Amino acid sequence: MANVNYFTKSFMIETDIIIIGAGPCGLFTVFEAGLIKLRCHLIDTLPIPGGQCAEIYPKKPIYDIPGYPEVLAGELIDNLMKQIEPFKPGFTLGERAENIIKEEDGRFCVITNLGTKHVAPIICIAGGLGCFEPRKPPIENITSFEQRGVEYIIKDPAIYKDKKVVVAGGGDSALDWSIFLTDIAKEVSLVHRRTEFRGALDSVEKVNKLHVEGKIQLLTESEVIGLNGNGKLQSVLIKQKDGNITKDTDHFIPLFGLSPKLGPIAEWGLNIDKNAIEVDTFDYSTNVPGIYAIGDVNTYPGKLKLILCGFHEATLMVQSAYKRINPDKKLTLKYTTVNGVNGFD
Amino acid sequence: MADINITIVDREDVAHEIVVPTDMGLNLMELCKANELPVEGTCGGMALCSTCHVYVQTEHTLNEMTDDEEDMLDQAFFVEDNSRLGCQIPIEESLDGLVVKLAPTSN
Repeated sequence: MANVNYFTKSFMIETDIIIIGAGPCGLFTVFEAGLIKLRCHLIDTLPIPGGQCAEIYPKKPIYDIPGYPEVLAGELIDNLMKQIEPFKPGFTLGERAENIIKEEDGRFCVITNLGTKHVAPIICIAGGLGCFEPRKPPIENITSFEQRGVEYIIKDPAIYKDKKVVVAGGGDSALDWSIFLTDIAKEVSLVHRRTEFRGALDSVEKVNKLHVEGKIQLLTESEVIGLNGNGKLQSVLIKQKDGNITKDTDHFIPLFGLSPKLGPIAEWGLNIDKNAIEVDTFDYSTNVPGIYAIGDVNTYPGKLKLILCGFHEATLMVQSAYKRINPDKKLTLKYTTVNGVNGFD
Repeated sequence: MADINITIVDREDVAHEIVVPTDMGLNLMELCKANELPVEGTCGGMALCSTCHVYVQTEHTLNEMTDDEEDMLDQAFFVEDNSRLGCQIPIEESLDGLVVKLAPTSN
């Protein structure tokens, strides 16, 4: 657990290093920081630690982690979590780091989209390719119907009670949510561009069964190409082989997976080049003193987007962070073989 | 192994004719990036992001699509019958004369 202080108005999390992004580089930073007695707190938009490795390709083997001839991305994350356990990092998961404010005492305050405050003298941005956000279909006026009938994520299934719902997509989430919504909504339609669904076999069979029973309307070889309504979604325009049809609906839920966006990171006054943060390779510091960037999110001459390079960057970065926090202390390199790993109580 | 010619048409309809070595184990996404064409290749070539989505405009016989590629194209936008992911097309001598067009980017 990170140090938690309760202030008069709202509580905030205090630590030595706020790490934005809980992918492999962010996680390993906790280890290297812990060895020199710095505490860390990680923030990630995803509900689980591991970043892309956990969310996008947990079952893919990685072959270039030194010492591992082959390791699954998900296993690497499990191992990193075990490796950093002694240093008891804090986690704010499922929240997006939104704003950075400089406190009067020189520390930074990182506030998430849900208002959680984190205060530390050092920020380490290990944000990878950015935040994973739902992929939005290229329908011209889709943004104007967001929160007015268009949802990319189902947060509160109760809002669909007795409503007409159109789900789009052909993967597991489109199938699973369509099945789930049949018990709640008045009418469920599933729109898919192709004839076959590529989700898990039992989900596909279940959808077909519900279709036969008249509980799900299946519109295959179809694509939602337009939205209509007056301040609120009223119908969708669906392109089919033989022409377009209009379908009345209260909700449109496009489920086309996630894609990374740099997001708020671009608004923090850091020097950005082609969606990456420019850093000094001496210590991976950004143009803002006290803010560092490591892993896929940074760029410098010769940069390679490899996990192993991110581990190296994390290691050098925490040394610099230590000197910033403790300008009068001398740091000597200690080997884990000699000193072991002494965690926090 | 001989070099081959591949034409990549960008999103402004400008055709880029590229002489491509066949002995470097490149794929089409990497070829675009190496030539500074606007292809992000976000996922690094695992068929997981569709930022290297292209339309194949010639009649070349390409390698078959894997399940991973089909899964990804299922979630992509602006997909046509000649859609492929560049990262899943290895550069081979048989691709001499290939023409592909970059698909539009989406949000």
